[in-house]
Amino acid sequence: MLKQKNYFALGAVVLVVVLLLSLPTRATERLKLVFGSWFLPLFGLSSVAHQLPADLANSVLPRRELLQEIDKLRRENQEFRSQAVQSAAIARENDQLRTLLNWQRQTPWKLKLANVVMRDPANWWRTVQIDLGSRDGITNDLPVITSEGLVGRVSSVSYTKSQVVLIGDGNCRVSAVVENTARDMGVIIASGPVDTSLVQLTYLASGANLKAGQNVFTSGLGGVFPKGIPIGQIVDARPVEYGLYTEARVKLNVNLGSLEQVYVLFP
Amino acid sequence: MNPFKTILILAAAYLVVFGEASLSFPRNVLGAQVDLLPALMVYAALNSGLPTLSLLAILGGIWFDSFSANPLGITILPLFLVGFPIYLRRDLILRDVPFAQMVLGAVASAVVPLVTLLMLLSGSKEPLLGWGTLWQWLVMIAAGTVATPFIFEVMNWCNRTLGYQPRQETSFRPDREIQRSRGKL
Repeated sequence: MLKQKNYFALGAVVLVVVLLLSLPTRATERLKLVFGSWFLPLFGLSSVAHQLPADLANSVLPRRELLQEIDKLRRENQEFRSQAVQSAAIARENDQLRTLLNWQRQTPWKLKLANVVMRDPANWWRTVQIDLGSRDGITNDLPVITSEGLVGRVSSVSYTKSQVVLIGDGNCRVSAVVENTARDMGVIIASGPVDTSLVQLTYLASGANLKAGQNVFTSGLGGVFPKGIPIGQIVDARPVEYGLYTEARVKLNVNLGSLEQVYVLFP
Repeated sequence: MNPFKTILILAAAYLVVFGEASLSFPRNVLGAQVDLLPALMVYAALNSGLPTLSLLAILGGIWFDSFSANPLGITILPLFLVGFPIYLRRDLILRDVPFAQMVLGAVASAVVPLVTLLMLLSGSKEPLLGWGTLWQWLVMIAAGTVATPFIFEVMNWCNRTLGYQPRQETSFRPDREIQRSRGKL
């Protein structure tokens, strides 16, 4: 038989759960921030522990190797500078042509670098936390990318941290276009829970001419992700719902399992 | 009441949650993140009082959810639902036998994600589910099974080493000492 103190404990726990689950979203996010901030000392220790081996390795690196590295970086820098000059000329020409055609001018991307500090401990969500928050100008729904391609979008923001929902999670749907002659369009939806490198591209036209290796980009529809961010390559395709539409598997350009640094893309 | 055990259990939960959120190698190697909170719950249910058990469920659940896309507080109830029945029947459980610990760890690690997912689905959330979920569930159960006896060992060792032990009663009583001196009475 349950004693009185057992009833009391059970009641207290249920009361706390009901209270927390009935809080408005804004209050919940603030509470999450408060409880998450209890772990700040461990974050600090963890980042120091990560940095220490790299610092030690750097301090014992031979001078010759460092000089070789500098030489290599100088050459790369020169290549990038010449490419930047070319790109600037192309951008100017693009702007002039857009002006002649009365098209809206494209705004260049503004990027802010962020470190991935935490991963979702639950297996049924695909989110990470980054070390930029509202104090850095982050707002909800900003796209998050790496140099390889799309990562996801900002889903909630606190003062110092933000949660990013990754591509392939049910809460991050992306309108995408396939780089083929027909420019087939579809929507990237939730994929399987284990393999983070593959996502589903669905609602493609039933006669879509898809081949393995074709590139997939963001289409710019939907208003969250700008046009032209690389997503991945088509792996295979199959008709679904009795041929009503086509579904394809897309291998992501970005390795979501080893994200360390990402860029938040500002409009 | 000895508060050291409660502090030790909560500190362990704190470290477990931090480890789960910051270490990604189990996810990269096994395809699933292991959860050691249910195993810790089994330890708390068998070795501490009801207030500690409730505190562990509440704080452990809140800490876990604060790093997750889960609604805040949803993990509390599954953790408590695992710990509470074990606490009620703990006099009948051979808590020092590793096999019993493993079985309880397996059951706890199986029940907590299941109940959490059921609560999420009933709250019209869309967690990532598929055949891969079955694999993740099995990995979590296996990890919980292996980790439970280990957690018992570590926690008992910490308790012995860091905690104060109750003073042993001795049979010596000064008032019953036989007077052996001669002459002076």
